[in-house]
This record gives sequence, structure tokens and C-alpha cells, in this order.
Amino acid sequence: MSEALLQARGLHLAFGGVKAADGIDLDVLRGEFLAIIGPNGAGKTTFLNMATGYLRPQAGTIAYEGESILGLAPRAIVRRGIGRSFQLPQLFTEHTVLENVALAVAAREGVWSPLRPLLRPAWREEATEVLARFGLATLAGARADALNEGARKLTDIAMAVALKPRLLLMDEPTSGVAAAEKMAIVETLARVLRETGVTAVFVEHDMDVVERFADRVAVWSQGRIAALGPPGTVLADPAVQREVIGIEGPGAAAAGLPGGIAAGHA
Amino acid sequence: MAGWLEQNALLLGLALLDGLAYAALVFMVAVGLNMVFGVLRIINIAHGSLFAIGGYAAASLGLFLAARGLPDWTGYVALVLAAALVGGILGPVIERGVLRRIYGHEQVLQLLVTFALFMILEDAQKLIWGVQPVSNDAPLRLLGTVDVPFGEDVIPFTAYQLFVLPGVALATLVGLAWFLRRTLTGRVIVAVTTDREAATAMGIDARRVFLLTFTFGAGLAALGGALASPTTTLVPGLGAATIVLSFAVVATAGLGQIEGAAISALLIGIGRSAAVYLAPEFEVVVPYLIMVAVLLVRPQGLFGVVETRRV
Amino acid sequence: MRRGAEISLALLGVAGVLAAAWAAPWLRFVLTIALAKGIAVLGILLLLRAGQVSFGHALYLSSGAYVVAFLAPSLPEALLLLPLAALIAGLIGLVAGLFLARYRDIFFGMLNLAISMVFYSLLEKLYELTRGTDGIRVEPPRVAGLALTLEAYVWAMLLVALVLAVGFGMLVRAYLASPMGQALAGIKTRETRLEFMGVSARRVLLAAYVLSALMGGVAGAIVGMTTRHVTPLLAYWTTSGELVFIAILGGAGGALGPFLGAVTYELVRVYAAAAFAEAWQAILGVVLLLVILFAPGGLWGMLLGLLGRRPGRAP
Repeated sequence: MSEALLQARGLHLAFGGVKAADGIDLDVLRGEFLAIIGPNGAGKTTFLNMATGYLRPQAGTIAYEGESILGLAPRAIVRRGIGRSFQLPQLFTEHTVLENVALAVAAREGVWSPLRPLLRPAWREEATEVLARFGLATLAGARADALNEGARKLTDIAMAVALKPRLLLMDEPTSGVAAAEKMAIVETLARVLRETGVTAVFVEHDMDVVERFADRVAVWSQGRIAALGPPGTVLADPAVQREVIGIEGPGAAAAGLPGGIAAGHA
Repeated sequence: MAGWLEQNALLLGLALLDGLAYAALVFMVAVGLNMVFGVLRIINIAHGSLFAIGGYAAASLGLFLAARGLPDWTGYVALVLAAALVGGILGPVIERGVLRRIYGHEQVLQLLVTFALFMILEDAQKLIWGVQPVSNDAPLRLLGTVDVPFGEDVIPFTAYQLFVLPGVALATLVGLAWFLRRTLTGRVIVAVTTDREAATAMGIDARRVFLLTFTFGAGLAALGGALASPTTTLVPGLGAATIVLSFAVVATAGLGQIEGAAISALLIGIGRSAAVYLAPEFEVVVPYLIMVAVLLVRPQGLFGVVETRRV
Repeated sequence: MRRGAEISLALLGVAGVLAAAWAAPWLRFVLTIALAKGIAVLGILLLLRAGQVSFGHALYLSSGAYVVAFLAPSLPEALLLLPLAALIAGLIGLVAGLFLARYRDIFFGMLNLAISMVFYSLLEKLYELTRGTDGIRVEPPRVAGLALTLEAYVWAMLLVALVLAVGFGMLVRAYLASPMGQALAGIKTRETRLEFMGVSARRVLLAAYVLSALMGGVAGAIVGMTTRHVTPLLAYWTTSGELVFIAILGGAGGALGPFLGAVTYELVRVYAAAAFAEAWQAILGVVLLLVILFAPGGLWGMLLGLLGRRPGRAP
């Protein structure tokens, strides 16, 4: 058994003239929390999209557990144990929060039972438990389209977690979550993932979160990995500070994101 | 194969000419349907009924003028006038009276509303013109026939179907393309088609655009019916048959495509005519077979654009 | 809606149908047809749950009816014809569905339409086999081995329709609450997420599609055995439109909606045709417009509104 759970080699993908992936080599190690940082448009989400089968790289290979997952549909990749949450929450808007998570449980256990209800006792219990971990218990009965941005985001992650993946890819898990609750939520999330031995990759803009929770940081820049290493080393690198903080600071402020980056590292 | 071709060359030639005339009519209906969908995002099931009513109105008006002893050429005026009347009256009545109330509703409901309109228009048409066949082929006879050389043979074909129908369709295509690309109103329509929110945000009065587009589309359908009236006998059920055919054309072309609708109308028109001559049992089936074949290879239609969702 | 309330409403409906059929003999025929169409509309309801509209389910209705027309002479037993019609319609649904489940929205609707129109033309043109627009007469088959008098046969058909309506109603109700039914609703709002959860949206839709085809076949078999005259008109797209019409009229709420819609639709149709022979279709059109514009929840929604308000009004 190799130490790398996910292995990407030489990934290339260009949209028109824009190189969203320009030779990505990355090993995601078993059990680690890997943060991906970098300016908007650097290709962070594109990497997640390639790793989950939503986009197909024009060149390069991706292997999971030593087996190539290139060309597999998202569905097949999920079944192998790679879960994913989204930058823009992908919820079933006409279902309740509980039903959303229960559907994820059902997806894991097999949806093909036409006569027994989705909210059968075992699944309802499990979904409720997952929601409780994310502090969403009181919202269980609310329709997903009635939630605020932070709750939508958490429900989205809760769905991904309910699938019990062995590798979880998260796209900006904390954006949209109120600054006051953010650390507590990440704390819970990290605990849940550690307890179950889940390996996590997360795209993150908040350097406090990165510093506290990431085992390693990968810095994305123009479709390449500009730096990779423990947060202490990488974030202290002046080049990284210039790249990520210099360019992203104003962008993040304009997008109304919490000012954690500038405050912590300016 | 060569022998078969030789034996059936004349038939094929006739099918080609017939198909061209037929495609011209189909295009007139389909392009209106497609434009209305592009702008209003509603598939108008009653669109075929506008075609039928345009045809009936044109035949009646032509017969009326002829009975008054007016000169023969007024028959052509009757065709255009009838279409303008049908489009100009029914278009705004339907858009303002009904469709305006359901913008933003679920797609299913919008579809059903136009189905209700279809039911109402079908009966209205039967009440006005009865269930007996109606026909007025004066405009067709007036122009006589042309001998079309085909290899060593000649095919006598009516000048009306050979020149007038494809001519009007071509003029519509070119005129529409010019209108949409070069005039302000046209570009506004295109803007609303591509991104309604952005267009409205820029201060475009979407309601006016909807009214204009729907009326124009209705007028095109009615004109198609009017032009078709000299070549056929009008019977109840024409609207129902027309709409399903135009659906096939639009789905084959891809939604919102004008030039695409022309090419797909040609494909389906000629395909159907060929079936009429070579395998009459399958005349009605051919358009759908073409559509299914196209959509198997290109699920978004010949010229449709794939929409990918950002995640 | 509470389970108890829904069951009592359903029982009330069954009792109402039986009472009406007992009191007014001419209603037996109308109600049997209405119940049959209600069964077909249950299938439309499933697809609507996924946000998809089929403008071609007349295909399954007519294939069920033609199964009866073709097989009744050699197999004159209603209780065998019904499952055969279901099986064959389900198989056609499976073949068509494998292709159709790839498409969504307007393409799904139009391709359904296209396939049903191809079937319609074949029924119309293959005169040797189908007797074209003349249609095929169906002799009343035996029911459970009994050769019945005409009056008893009409009753038997009504009872068969009623039992099947209740059975399929319960099936669809359970289906909608099951993970398959809930995933169906997920196709409407966020199909990509289903895929990212490892669920094939296509297969979810296909399963519902086959069930809807099967129910269409059953409905068609009942219609064929009740009208005892099967024509291609049953396959024409306007019949498909009628099914969608009934679904919206009833309201997409629960499994009772389709039957509420179908009974209302058939009654309005019968009365309108009697009162205004020339304009019954227009009258139905106006009814449909009014329902959509002023009661978007359909009859089911109106009923719920009434039921919901009643306790408030009570002292």
C-alpha cells in the first residue's frame, strides 16, 4: 500500500487560451489534511473537478489507491470513496435539510428500494446525527432553499460527509459561514474527519484556518503548484505572501470575504 | 443501385421539388416557434393552430375578394393580409391576455396553458369554418406551371411552389438574420434571448420584447398557413399535425437557432416528400426518425449549444 | 397531508364511486374510463416529480389497448389480458426509456411525442394488422373465468378499475416517499448532485419511466375492454396532452390528485359534449386555463385549502 491516496501526474487542461492546469503533480497522503490556496482563477476548483471526474484533463493521469480513475464518471469515482463538497452549495432545494442528508445516506446504502420510505428509522437517525454534528439539528425540517448561505454550505458538507468518503475534497468550505462560527465549525469538521480517518483536501482563503488545520499547504498559481509544504514554512515564504496575499487580499475584500488573510498576514 | 436510381430518377426529382416547397412552409412555422421559445422560453403548442387559422383566413378572404369580382392578383394580397390580420390580432390577444400571466411559472404549467389555447383555437376554427374541407387554389393556378429540366426529362411543376414558397422562405430567413443582427430592435431581441436578467438589468423593457416577438412569430405561422392554403385542402386537425412537425424541426435544429431551423426544415421537408413518393406508409414517420437519429448523435440538436453547469 | 386523512379520503372516494355507479348506470362507463386514465396519470405524476413532462404517454395507453384488441380473440380473459398489457407496455417503456432517460426538459417532452407519433402512424398505416382508423372491435372477455352478462361485465370492469386504481395509488404513494421517488425529485432541482453522490440520475428516471409505461398499459387495457373499440386516436398526441392536462387539473400533490382530476375531467367532458357538441374541447381548454391561472395547486390543492380552513372556521 503506497503512502499516497491520490496521485496526480502532469495534469493539463486549457479552456480556450487559459491554462487552468499546466502540469499538476500532486500526491495526497493518506490521512493528511491538505489545504489548497491561491488567487482566484489559479485552477484550484479545476483540480477538484478533474479529481472527481467532472472535467477530463487533456493530458496526465490521476490514480486513487494506485488505480487510475481517469475517464470515470463522477458517479463511479464517488463510489470508490472520493467525496466532494461545493463552492456553490449543490442542494436539493425542494427537500428539507434532513431529507437532503438522508438522500446522501440513501445514496451510500443504495437508493433502489421503491417501497420503503426514505426517512426510515435507521436513515432518519443517521441523518439527524450528522446534522447534529454540524449544529444543524434545529434546521432539519427547513426547506433547503430557505436557508442562509452559511447553513447551505454546512448542509452541503454534511451531505458529502454522510457519504462516508475516505477522501473528501472540499471547495471553500468556510466561505459564506459567519466569521464568529467559522472556527467552531472547522473544529468540529476536523474532529469528525480525524475520528473516521478521512483524508481531506480543501480549497481555503482564510489563512487562519489553513494554519490551524492543514498538515500541508499547496499553493496554486496559474495552473501550477508554486509551493508545497507544511503551513509554517509555506506561508512564511515571501514569494507565497506576494502571490497569495498580495493579489488575493484586495480581491477577497471586494468579494466581501472575511478579512482574515489581510489581518493575519499583512 | 444505379438501376434503381435510373428508374426512380423522376420520382426523386419530383420529391426534391416538392420537398423544397414543403420545407419552405415548415420553416415559416418552425422559425416562429423557435423565436418565441428563445425569447419567452415557452413552447407554444397553439402555434400550429395559428398556421391553420392563417390558412383558413387566407382562403376565405381570397374567395371573398374573387366573388366581388376583384382582379386575380388581389388573391396574393389576400394571403398576406389574412396572415397580418391573424398574427396582428391573435398574437397580442394571446400574449397580453394569457401568456403574460404565466411568465416565471413552472415550465409544465406554461406548456399546459398553450395546450389549453390549442384546444380553444381548434374549436373556434371549427365553429367559424366548419368541418367541411375548404380550399382556394386560385393563387396556385394563376402562375401556371414551369417545365423543370431533369436529366433528359422535364418535370412540370407549379411556379407558385417552385418560386413563391421557397422565395418567401428565403426572404424571411435573410430578412430575419438581417433584422436580428443589424437593427436595434433585433439586437434587443437577441440580448433578451441570450440573457434575460442582464438585458432587463440594462433597462430593456422585456414585456415589450415579448409582445413583439410573440406577435411576429404568430404572424409568421399565419403567413405559412396562408401560403400553404393554395396548395392544399384545409381540414380540421391541420393545426395539430403542423405543431408536432414543427416540434420535430425545432428539436432537430437545436433550440433558438434560426439558420439551424432552415437547414433542419430542408432535411425534414425533403425527407418527408421522398417518403411520400417512395414509401407512402411512412410519410408521417420520417420527420421523427430524422429527429431521433439527429438527437441520438447530438443530444442538443444539430446546432444547439451544450449548456454546462458550473459547480 | 396526514396518512390517516389521505386514507379516509381515498375510502370516501371509493364509496362515492360505487354509490354514483349504483345510482346512475350511465356513470359506470364514465367512471371506469376516468379511473383508468387516473392510473395512467399516476405515471405522468411520477415524471412530473422529476420535472419532466411526457407528451407521448398515449403510446403506452394505446399499446395496452391494442394488446387487448389483438389478444382478446385468442385469450378472452380480462385477468390475463391486464398483466400482459402491463408487461408489454412496460417492455416498450424500457426500450424507449433507455434512449429517453438521457434527455431532459423540452427534449424529453418532444422525443416522447415523436416516438408516440411514430407509433400512431404505424397503427394508422398498417391496415392489414390494425384495420387503420376503423379500429378493432373487442368482444367482452371473460372475467375470472366467468362469461358475464353485459350489465355484470360493466360492473366487473368498474370494480377491476377501482381495485387497480387503489393498488397503483398506494404503490405510487409509497414510491414517491421512497429513496427512488425522492431522488426523482432530486433530478428536478439538482441532478448533478445526485451524480456526485454516486447515484445514476438516468437509472432513477428510467425506473420511474418504466413504471409509468406499465401503468399506462394497464390503463389502456381497461379502456380497451371498456370501450370495446380500439382506434389509433388513442395514440394521437392530443391524448397524451389530455393525460398531462388531468395531472395538472388534479394537482401534483399526492396519489389522489390524478383520480380527482380524471373524474372531474371526464364529467366536464361528458356534460360539455352534451350541452355544446361543437365546443366541448374549447370548454375544457377554458377550464384548464382557469385552473392554472387561479388555482395553480389544482383540484387537490383546492381540496387541501378547504380541508385546512375548516377547523379554523369551526367554533
